[in-house]
Amino acid sequence: MFTTCDITGFKIDKKVLPLIKANAVVSVVALLIAMVAALLVLLTRWQVVHLLPVDWYYRMLTLHGMVALVVWIVFWEMAGLYFGSTIVLNARQIAPKVGWVAFLLMVVGTTLVAWAVLTGHADVLFSSYIPLKAHPLYYLGIILFAVGALIVVGLFFANVIVAKKEKTYGDGPLPLFTFGLLVASILAVGTLLAGAFIFVPTFLWSLGIIETIDSSVYRLTFWGFGHSAQQVNVAAMISIWYLGSFLTVGGTSLNEKVSRVAFLLYLIGINLASAHHLLVDPVPSPAWKVVNTSYFMYLAVLASMIHAFAVPSSIESAQRRRGYTKGLFGWLKNVPWGNPAFSAIFLAIVGFGFIGGITGVINGMEQTNITVHNTIAIPGHFKGTVVIGTTLTFMGATYYLIPLIFRKKISGFAIAKIQPWIFAGGVVLLSAGLSILGYMGVPRRHWDITFSGGPFTYTFPPITDLFWVVAVLGGIIAFTGALIWILIVVVSVFFGKPVLSKADMQLTMSDMPPPAKEHHGFEAPGTFALTIIFMIAFLIFATINWGWLSMMWETR
Amino acid sequence: MALLVPEKGWYSKKIASDEKAWIMIAGVLCLSLFALMVGWHLVGKQNPSFEVYTTSPDEFYKLAQHNWKKIKVGEENGITVVKPPPGSDVFVIASAWKWEPALILKKGKEYRLHISSMDFLHGFSLQPVNMNFKIHPNYDYVLTFKPTSSGDFRVICNEYCGYGHHAMIGKITVED
Repeated sequence: MFTTCDITGFKIDKKVLPLIKANAVVSVVALLIAMVAALLVLLTRWQVVHLLPVDWYYRMLTLHGMVALVVWIVFWEMAGLYFGSTIVLNARQIAPKVGWVAFLLMVVGTTLVAWAVLTGHADVLFSSYIPLKAHPLYYLGIILFAVGALIVVGLFFANVIVAKKEKTYGDGPLPLFTFGLLVASILAVGTLLAGAFIFVPTFLWSLGIIETIDSSVYRLTFWGFGHSAQQVNVAAMISIWYLGSFLTVGGTSLNEKVSRVAFLLYLIGINLASAHHLLVDPVPSPAWKVVNTSYFMYLAVLASMIHAFAVPSSIESAQRRRGYTKGLFGWLKNVPWGNPAFSAIFLAIVGFGFIGGITGVINGMEQTNITVHNTIAIPGHFKGTVVIGTTLTFMGATYYLIPLIFRKKISGFAIAKIQPWIFAGGVVLLSAGLSILGYMGVPRRHWDITFSGGPFTYTFPPITDLFWVVAVLGGIIAFTGALIWILIVVVSVFFGKPVLSKADMQLTMSDMPPPAKEHHGFEAPGTFALTIIFMIAFLIFATINWGWLSMMWETR
Repeated sequence: MALLVPEKGWYSKKIASDEKAWIMIAGVLCLSLFALMVGWHLVGKQNPSFEVYTTSPDEFYKLAQHNWKKIKVGEENGITVVKPPPGSDVFVIASAWKWEPALILKKGKEYRLHISSMDFLHGFSLQPVNMNFKIHPNYDYVLTFKPTSSGDFRVICNEYCGYGHHAMIGKITVED
């Protein structure tokens, strides 16, 4: 039941391949749907076009949130969990049939949600805040999806335990990639339990069995699911960053203990990030807000900043050992830029850090949250996390899945090389546009910011017209970048030329660099310089935001 | 080694000087951010309120009607307009899809705004100042405001509350 990969030398359980493929294919279809919905939403928000009528706007917004943030990302992660717990460990897939049951549950769950949303039975947006009520099948769909995902997480644990027992990957700790996925899986259990705690009662409430659910309890628990899911994405994404560094340049952490401890720090944030959503809510106390929103004094943020050094420095160190030692950034000039997996991951690291990271920390501080809560700066922030970070990382990793799992050559490889740049460029504009609009007070989730039909009128500052153009332009470019990627994947997988041997690999598979020589001083001065630039950018942004807050009306 | 078991001695390997320096810088930043949030409660003038009472839509509606009777000065486009005395309590009702009443306030004076929802969640979004708070049903959220600028302001709703959400806009006038 095993076959040996002639390119990587890994032992592959034949039963896991179709599971990986099926989950990956569904995720790509989901991304297509999510992107089309996103474009419709954006073109409605832009008052110049104002495309959709009010009901379809909220429907498409609900669909976009669900399919982009949950269906696309989670299905892709399921494929990643199967890959990381079997192939990487030379291990077998435990109970593959259970994996198919989980797959079926998730597909049925997705179908129910999509049905409810598209037929107008769930105009409640992604967050479905009580007392807004959707059709019971909407909540049931989410529950089925979550149960399916929980089963796959369970299979991941089973695979890893058996692999450890059978010593399939050697004697010692798990490889860093799988270790990171293990942390992601533990986070996923916490996340999915929070989901169960809120969606099961809400389902019963929609059936009329439970009479009331407190709106603030709903928000607290829902975001224990909704935001914690983003911790899962971050852990999975960073695992892939380490993998990408290893595959493309043979990069390994300067210090693997540091990388592993940083992953463990994420566990502290397992459900605390829910607080990010409640900072200007009436109920939790300031002490609760401050402790939770900061993940206990920013330990999870510290973890991300540790990775922000560890991942690029693994690339730099490998490159320097190969002899690319010129100046601070000579190593960066000579990385495999022609490998779309590399450029996707590199752009994701920079984008996630500079856009998602900085805006996220400032938005998530108790007082500065007053200035952004529910403005369109929030979508601006998560374009910088789940889109340029998670989504672009998964796109990049998929370039390796095509030849290694689907055994197909990448069609249109010349276009694939520039695809990550198009997508990242678009998302940067989109994110910047939305963020600036939000800082000017433009609300998110709003059909008509001319307030037609209201008792009063309000016009946002005229400069917002310009930033709408920036956002729409960015959105269209990002949409194009995503569409190119989807076309490349679909054409390659279904119509591509087969990969018969290592000679058909278009992507670099790096050998290990020569071992490090004894030396004194900095091991990765270029990375250190980059992180200092990041720190300066952060401080500037923080100063602007707090300075601006201090000029607002006084409130307590 | 992302795909391999870590090399021997990985656990006792010393951390490189640049990595160690960065971790320390990052750690200092984290503690400073934490201290900033705590410290702003002591010295900052903009903090989310934590004065809240449980209520019900019925009770809050009655309290608001009672409150408005004393301070009503007129109507604008069907919305009650009130001019509360500085330092007093003012009741504001959020409902699908309007903010009521419209307020006339004095610059530099404090007002205790009691805000609650009759139905769904609503977002109290003061423009163009751009301060935003979440309004729940069954909770009377008391926000003590001191306007530091004068002119015409709007309160828009920035939490989705149904198809008429976009028409939910209220008014605050601040006199010098």
